[in-house]
Amino acid sequence: MTANVISLNGLSVGSKDSLTKALESEGCSSSSCGSSDAPEDMDPETWAKVKDHPCYSEEAHHYFARMHVAVAPACNIQCNYCNRKYDCANESRPGVVSERLTPEQAARKVIAVANEIPQLSVLGIAGPGDSAYDWRKTKETFQRVAETLPDIKLCLSTNGLALPDHVDDLLDMNIDHVTLTINMIDPEVGAKIYPWIFYEHKRRTGLEASQILHERQMQSLDMLHERGILVKVNSVMIPGINDEHLLEVNKEVKKRGAFLHNIMPLISAPEHGTVFGLEGQRGPTAAELKKLQDACAGGANLMKHCRQCRADAVGLLGEDRGQEFTMDLVPDEVTYDPEKRETYREWVAKEREDRRNAAAVAKAETDAAVADEAEALLVAVATKGGGRINQHFGHATEFQIFEVDAEGVRFVTHRRCDNYCVGGYGEEDKLELVIKTLEGIDTILCAKIGDCPREDLEKAGITAIQDYAYDYIETAVSAVYRARRGLPATEVETA
Amino acid sequence: MALQIIQSNCTVCGACEFECPNAAIKFESDTYIIDPELCTECKGSYDTPQCAEVCPVPETCVPA
Repeated sequence: MTANVISLNGLSVGSKDSLTKALESEGCSSSSCGSSDAPEDMDPETWAKVKDHPCYSEEAHHYFARMHVAVAPACNIQCNYCNRKYDCANESRPGVVSERLTPEQAARKVIAVANEIPQLSVLGIAGPGDSAYDWRKTKETFQRVAETLPDIKLCLSTNGLALPDHVDDLLDMNIDHVTLTINMIDPEVGAKIYPWIFYEHKRRTGLEASQILHERQMQSLDMLHERGILVKVNSVMIPGINDEHLLEVNKEVKKRGAFLHNIMPLISAPEHGTVFGLEGQRGPTAAELKKLQDACAGGANLMKHCRQCRADAVGLLGEDRGQEFTMDLVPDEVTYDPEKRETYREWVAKEREDRRNAAAVAKAETDAAVADEAEALLVAVATKGGGRINQHFGHATEFQIFEVDAEGVRFVTHRRCDNYCVGGYGEEDKLELVIKTLEGIDTILCAKIGDCPREDLEKAGITAIQDYAYDYIETAVSAVYRARRGLPATEVETA
Repeated sequence: MALQIIQSNCTVCGACEFECPNAAIKFESDTYIIDPELCTECKGSYDTPQCAEVCPVPETCVPA
């Protein structure tokens, strides 16, 4: 087979070798969303389900892409943080979508994307309404896609109200990932989030609405768990409304068998036209979110690599190439060409193994060189994917944050520095914003950085290093840590 | 005796089409339209008109 492949960054087609080079010169980001567990920490059946799903495996999100198709606009509940009428291509948040598709259009779009983006492994339906309520369209889309692309993982996101009616359909279609959005287990809390639900032909409000929703959500979780379908629970953290309560939610969903819990910050602004936005309800700060996530440690596995992507997002997490695949750009007839995806998968299998081995070696070296009680360090990484340091500092719209100590390197979170409204500010302002984004970070690793920003970062107490350009993230972060805490700093030079 | 959809409010989510017991709601030229010949305001089927119950926007499915 001639190995024609596409680089992580897009459409340049070349050989397998050129793919490796493309990754080195371009890049993606590294480890830590969904479960950060490696195969040895998981039973083989579960690992097989999550290993190529970017939202369920932090490791997979460096290599695999998802796409959402917006075929399900109808919804059966109203949330105070959602306004589905609002649509702006410049912002990224769930429920927001530019173009609604019929199941037939969606199936064509999936093939067109699979032909162009070999990293594609997952098709999700996340609305923009509720995928389980608008079930006829969701089901037809899945059936059409399964006919041409049987190896694509199908997954859906729902509020759970209608899901118990369709669980057996999910089994028939081999769907083994479902995301349930659960913001409360106490209807008193729910009444502040959900003004109404539509259930059994009636609109219900107040406590009654939240009581029914809660019962159906728990029923959904139990039914899915009993059938071996992996459940990710999404919760929107709303300060003053459910922030403390989410600790209880975390315990309950873990008890009921949720595989992952993804606590997301409320996105709220008056211009979104949501009830919360208009009331001035604020979202949590990064510190508040981290505190809650830390307090939930020991509960369900926490997902920290979530990018809160749109209901029509396309690409690796953290990127959205949806604008390249609007329906007017999708041909009337498209034929699936499996070669690129097959080649990419072979390449990834090898690359993942290399990276895992490199990380193990780095950990052993750190273990030997650094005292157990040495203080942890936070390191930011500019990456375009593939688990490598491969992005120019000035091109980064987000940084992956890693914590490192004698125990090893752990993905903590990503921090965005393009949040919704940066456009229009001058370069100086942007750098200030980036420096603010990097608060508490000791070192930033990137493929390249100019002298001016490096000096400004230095003044802010952040060391910028470009000497590990294109290396694996874990290896480089370990080396920085050893230099700081143990071994002499000979191999680390400030950029 | 029929309801109508106020086009300027409609988000085109289609929930009304889904819930209508009379198949009176159709998607035509980028919007949903209620056929007054088929609409019964859900009398005999449900206590309240289903399109108005499920519609996410207030004052959108209203008496014609």
